[in-house]
Amino acid sequence: MINYLKSLFVPETFTLSNGKVVKSKFNWTIYIVIALFFLIILAGKFTGFSFETLVDKGANFFDILVKMVKVDFAYFPKIVGPMIDTLTMSLLGTVIGAVFALPAAFICSANLNKNRIFIRIVKTLISIIRTVPVLVYALILTYIFGIGTFAGFLSLTIFTFSICTKMLYEQIETLDNGPFEAMESTGSDKVKATWIAIFPQLRSHYFSTMLYNFEMNVRSAAILGYVGAGGIGLILNENIGWRKYGRVGMILIVLIVTVIAIESLSRFIRKRLG
Amino acid sequence: MSKSRIIEQYEMRPKKWVSYLLSIIVIVAILFPAISTISFNGFSKSGLVVAKNIFLGIINPDMSFILDFSELGLPFLLLETAAIAFLGTLIGLIISVPLAFLAARNITNKFVSNIFVTIITIIRTFPVFVYGLMFIRVTGPGAFAGVLTLALTSIGMLSKLFIEVIEDLDTGIIESLDASGCNTLQKIRFGIIPQLMTNFVSILIYRFDINVKNASVLGLVGAGGIGAPLQFAMAGSKWDLVGSLLLGLIVLVLIIETCSDKIRAKLANG
Repeated sequence: MINYLKSLFVPETFTLSNGKVVKSKFNWTIYIVIALFFLIILAGKFTGFSFETLVDKGANFFDILVKMVKVDFAYFPKIVGPMIDTLTMSLLGTVIGAVFALPAAFICSANLNKNRIFIRIVKTLISIIRTVPVLVYALILTYIFGIGTFAGFLSLTIFTFSICTKMLYEQIETLDNGPFEAMESTGSDKVKATWIAIFPQLRSHYFSTMLYNFEMNVRSAAILGYVGAGGIGLILNENIGWRKYGRVGMILIVLIVTVIAIESLSRFIRKRLG
Repeated sequence: MSKSRIIEQYEMRPKKWVSYLLSIIVIVAILFPAISTISFNGFSKSGLVVAKNIFLGIINPDMSFILDFSELGLPFLLLETAAIAFLGTLIGLIISVPLAFLAARNITNKFVSNIFVTIITIIRTFPVFVYGLMFIRVTGPGAFAGVLTLALTSIGMLSKLFIEVIEDLDTGIIESLDASGCNTLQKIRFGIIPQLMTNFVSILIYRFDINVKNASVLGLVGAGGIGAPLQFAMAGSKWDLVGSLLLGLIVLVLIIETCSDKIRAKLANG
């Protein structure tokens, strides 16, 4: 198909000094630029993009920001509880999701399991689970389990499970398969061989994946409250609704400090894990 | 003799159970109080019915909605979501390239680079929703707010990854171009752009992939895309509509993810 398209354009030919004829290489750049140009215009039409609004009302963006700068420090004690909720939600979600991800990753690694069809099916299922954003899970789960931290925790667990499984099986497939095959040839079963030969190679990577997911989960847990799934997002949403922007500023400060602290800690530990 | 030595060494193997036990105790000590804060109130009254209905809705989607090509149909919503992600990523790119060059250690000095790294970190840690609500003030609810929000939230990741690529630049190439008498523009065109291009495009496609997911969520604050109809459908208990929206979202994200993986693999292998 692409070669057919290429053949539509006659390439420029050059005759070299030794009499050889060479054709110039096909250059995609100009066509890609034209295609992008049209896509941008099309997307602009679709989304109602207009520079005029941006110039006219751009300053409104800073309205809320200016109000948030007058931080309401007295609100701090009321933030601690929801923040801890958010942290425990993401911690539990990460740990439980990651615990379930480990066997799932072993099952669908191409070098441990030779059943291609089975692997294809499981991997597709896991990528389908992964496509749905955390917030959509939270939205659905709040309808099922009622408003509160449990829905948030469960949606984080599902999401962590799917993404951890993918990261782990990609790693397992690059691991040294020799010890596993050696153990199998001495007659041990697959579970034992995986545990003794594969898991020790994977361990540090497993923990660093877990920490990375924890980082991501704290970020997403912060907004889960928007659909009623508990945590700091809940009070954030409330205070935005009540236009108490000083409180919003305080919440954001707590959130940003926590996120940065957790990120630096996790990065430090992950560096040590190697 | 050798056998007894093997046994002797085996007996001397590191005893790991103490460290295992300790780490288990620590983990349980952390997790146990956490479990008590997660309050499980059981299923809400209609919870199981809702779950069943959503599942049935996905299996049995509303076909007239899926095949409706007007502004109220699924195809339009999906296209809008993709368009928001596309424009958002591009605007993010335009802002983050200069930021990344200013924050790269090998381009500017340490002081300037630290300032810009801090700015990028602060931009990155704000939750998406706060930006969404701030931009709705500017543009009113709609897809345009979504574009601007995604542009701003893309900056964090894009410039962080761009910085890594820029800091890996091979200066030898630029020096050799310098030695052969190239001017600055030629050095940029033939020495820097070819080195950065593939990596930048790969990062950009990856972010587009993420932005499609984000765009679908932003609708919840009224910033266009598939999120708002989803929430309305849930609130109105129209489960077949919920099912078809979820189905559309899953298909869209899967297609874009697969394409992006293919293109990125091709870029990485040259």
